[in-house]
Amino acid sequence: MSTGPVPKPIAGTSSFIDDRIGAGNFLKRNLRKIFPDHWSFLLGEIALYSFIILLLTGTFLTFWYKPGMNHVVYDGSYEPLKGILMSEAYASSLNISFDVRGGLLMRQMHHWAALLFIAGMMVHMLRVFFTGAYRKPRELNWIIGVLLLTLALAEGLTGYSLPDDLLSGAGLRITQGVAISLPLVGTYVSFFLFGGEYPGEDVMARFYSLHILLIPGILLALISAHMILMWVQKHTQMPGKGRTNKNVVGAPFYPAFMAKAGAYFLFTFAVIAGLATFAQINPIWAFGPYTPADISAGSQPDFYMGFLEGSLRIMPAWEINVLGYTLPLSVIIPALVPMGIIMTGLALYPFLEQWVTGDRREHHIADRPRNNPHRTAIGMSAITFYGVLWLLGANDELSAFFHISLYTTTWFGRIAVFLGPALAYAITYRMCLGLQRNDAAILGHGVESGVIKRLPHGEFIEVHVPPADDIAAHMRGKEAIPTIAAAPDGEGIPPKGLRGPIGRLRAKMSETYGGEKIPIEEHHEEHPAISPADDDKSLTR
Amino acid sequence: MNRITAGRRHPLARYAVLLFALTLLGGVYTLTAPGNQSADAAIASGKVDDVAEGKKLFEKTCSSCHGPQAQGTENGPTLVGVGAAAVDFQVSSGRMPAANPGAQAPRKPLAPWVTPKRIDQLAAYVQSLGGGPTVPSKEQVDPALGNEAKGGELFRANCISCHNWVGAGGALTEGKYAPNLNEASPTQIYAAMVTGPQAMPVFNDSIITPEQKRDMIAYIVGVREQKDPGGFGLGRIGPVTEGLVAWIVGIGGMALAAIWITAKRRQAK
Ligand code: HEC
Ligand code: HEC
Ligand code: HEM
Repeated sequence: MSTGPVPKPIAGTSSFIDDRIGAGNFLKRNLRKIFPDHWSFLLGEIALYSFIILLLTGTFLTFWYKPGMNHVVYDGSYEPLKGILMSEAYASSLNISFDVRGGLLMRQMHHWAALLFIAGMMVHMLRVFFTGAYRKPRELNWIIGVLLLTLALAEGLTGYSLPDDLLSGAGLRITQGVAISLPLVGTYVSFFLFGGEYPGEDVMARFYSLHILLIPGILLALISAHMILMWVQKHTQMPGKGRTNKNVVGAPFYPAFMAKAGAYFLFTFAVIAGLATFAQINPIWAFGPYTPADISAGSQPDFYMGFLEGSLRIMPAWEINVLGYTLPLSVIIPALVPMGIIMTGLALYPFLEQWVTGDRREHHIADRPRNNPHRTAIGMSAITFYGVLWLLGANDELSAFFHISLYTTTWFGRIAVFLGPALAYAITYRMCLGLQRNDAAILGHGVESGVIKRLPHGEFIEVHVPPADDIAAHMRGKEAIPTIAAAPDGEGIPPKGLRGPIGRLRAKMSETYGGEKIPIEEHHEEHPAISPADDDKSLTR
Repeated sequence: MNRITAGRRHPLARYAVLLFALTLLGGVYTLTAPGNQSADAAIASGKVDDVAEGKKLFEKTCSSCHGPQAQGTENGPTLVGVGAAAVDFQVSSGRMPAANPGAQAPRKPLAPWVTPKRIDQLAAYVQSLGGGPTVPSKEQVDPALGNEAKGGELFRANCISCHNWVGAGGALTEGKYAPNLNEASPTQIYAAMVTGPQAMPVFNDSIITPEQKRDMIAYIVGVREQKDPGGFGLGRIGPVTEGLVAWIVGIGGMALAAIWITAKRRQAK
């Protein structure tokens, strides 16, 4: 690598280390680790780098933040609150914002980073889902991801409550409402969380330990595990020229990938710092201190809690009375059902898919979303379900901004939350097939070259040329989705696992989900190219 | 001349002056003080002209909906007893004369004929019909005399459930909405509280004293004039726009960056 001899001190030290812990070999092996290149593979890094920024800015905030619920009279430099009685938590957050140098910037960076952290996880997760990168052997890493997302929501919720302003107080109140509405254990859970009656004196201190110690600790551990697993199992790659299930084509970790990752960290940092500098977030001074009696119009949680807020808002006011207990369905259902559907669905999907397709092979080549139409359609309908709830979490703002009646938005939501996903499913499925057909056409007949040719008998045709090698390879990476072998109907005895009603359902689902919908016509093998000289091909078309 | 100077020295003169001054003070007080006033007071204080002018204006522009004697029709409520403050609020904010029936008469630009003087005349006329809250004095609504912090507490306790924490407004049921408070003048804010326009409740002086109202005006005006300390305020409606920005600027920008970084390779090759 280098030309001249290595200076003695460096050579000496490195061979010292090498001899003892074999670092040289280890480094050689790992620094040359190959990483495939696709823009969507960087999305997970948004979350990773945001987390690092959260740790740094969060630590800064802990120097001044005081999680006290005792009341103090504000005497800081924000005039419109001077002399007001407020909790110590709120006063210290104001102090960070107005009297600590750089404090407001740090608070805003912390909050923007929190939003990017979770949004980054979401887009990363969607990428993994739509490319089928969760398939064997990566199921475990997928489960870790689902845990990370759940924990991140809890981290955000606890952090959001810390400044004890009017808005976060409203969120806390809803949290408590959900806790207390749980059947049987509700009261205990609420008392445990709040150390007695709501709001009590303890909750800030508890949330604080959760927010800065327990949850970040677990997050850090899980993120490390996530990265190590990824490293060991290697990254999936998009189908393409020379890419197989046995190799990884891309750039080595050092120096190429490291330079990219480093640049991407700087981008993340710049976006977060830029937002924190120019866009105000969570102006707690404008909300005022929390008092249980005050509630503001436009009270909203951070975006990642919006889908829960939305389900709460469109839920009809149902409750049932059982043996003297009131079960407030209007709180329990929206708080638990959508979250349950989404998180459980996410966690189980790889296993459900395996069960349906019977596919137990290892996969290191990512699917293009169009090539697994049912999976992509399920994903889109889940996004629609989430999206409708999320949108309805902001129905008051929408109603005020677009001058639509609030009831109209609620009813729209109640219908759209069922209709939307079904529609999204159908549309996406059709689109995937259409795109596959398009690919098949390109592989079969070539791409339009834009060259118009006049044939001797006067007809005009457009010349088709074969697609570029890498594009063709990318398209040809498609594989049929496996199905479990169902017995041909009427004859023979179906295999053991497929006999009962569940077995029959499984066979039916497998048949629908799997298989090859639009086979690629490999004209290519026989007629290597539809070259301009070969235009009777186009003629007969 | 001599007689006047002599008269000035008359022992009773000082009492006469005192009496005169007291009458004047009482007159001014009854004119400016809030509270119910009868038609007699308006007439006695020489506002008869305004009343007469106001009546004419009213018949021309308002009677189609509110009736010739302001007794109300199916197109508009009675205005007997709503007071000068209600007229001042409704007309100076452009809400009245209402344009077309809707869920709520919105604030709109003033018609050319609407001048402060004409508003006063209309107000005097409606005031003469059955009293009601009067227009507050300049001093009663001067933000500089109020205590912002106290006003903020009252504002949060009474107003933000509809108007949002910085007065950015919000939706109400049945297509109604609480408007943002960015345009209302101090007098209009005061008048809105004492008259409770449309879906808004009345906050009379026994609920919120005039001094407290002034504190609240100080807070509302102070906060809306404040430069957002944290940068661009994003409409000051909280997490909804913040989330939107995080996705569009944040995730959108990062996705572009990812595409750019990975595309770099092909050029280098
Ligand atoms: C197109 C019909 C229409 C016209 C013209 C009209 N108004 Fe009105 N006005 C209404 C309606 C309707 C309301 C009731 C609004 C509501 O409560 O939703 C109203 C309400 C009011 C109120 C508030 C009453 C209260 O209880 O506080 C005042 C004051 C008022 N109008 C004054 C006037 C004046 C002064 C004019 C003439 C410049 C005028 N209006 C012209 C329809 C009209
Ligand atoms: C129940 C909800 C509600 C509450 C509480 C409420 N308002 Fe209103 N407010 C409204 C509505 C609705 C309107 C619009 C009335 C109209 O258009 O005539 C309004 C209008 C106003 C306006 C006129 C705005 C403009 O642009 O002309 C002001 C000022 C105002 N309110 C101040 C207050 C203050 C101060 C308080 C607290 C003491 C308060 N409001 C409490 C609902 C409310
Ligand atoms: C592990 C490192 C972290 C530490 C030490 C930390 C610390 C803190 C502290 C002290 C506060 C309150 C101070 C204030 O806002 O004025 C806070 C607020 C907050 N934290 Fe964290 N945090 C960490 C990680 C996270 C993560 C991972 C998230 C996101 C999921 C998050 C989200 C929030 C939010 C939303 C707030 C409210 C911010 C605001 O008031 O504007 N934090 N954090």
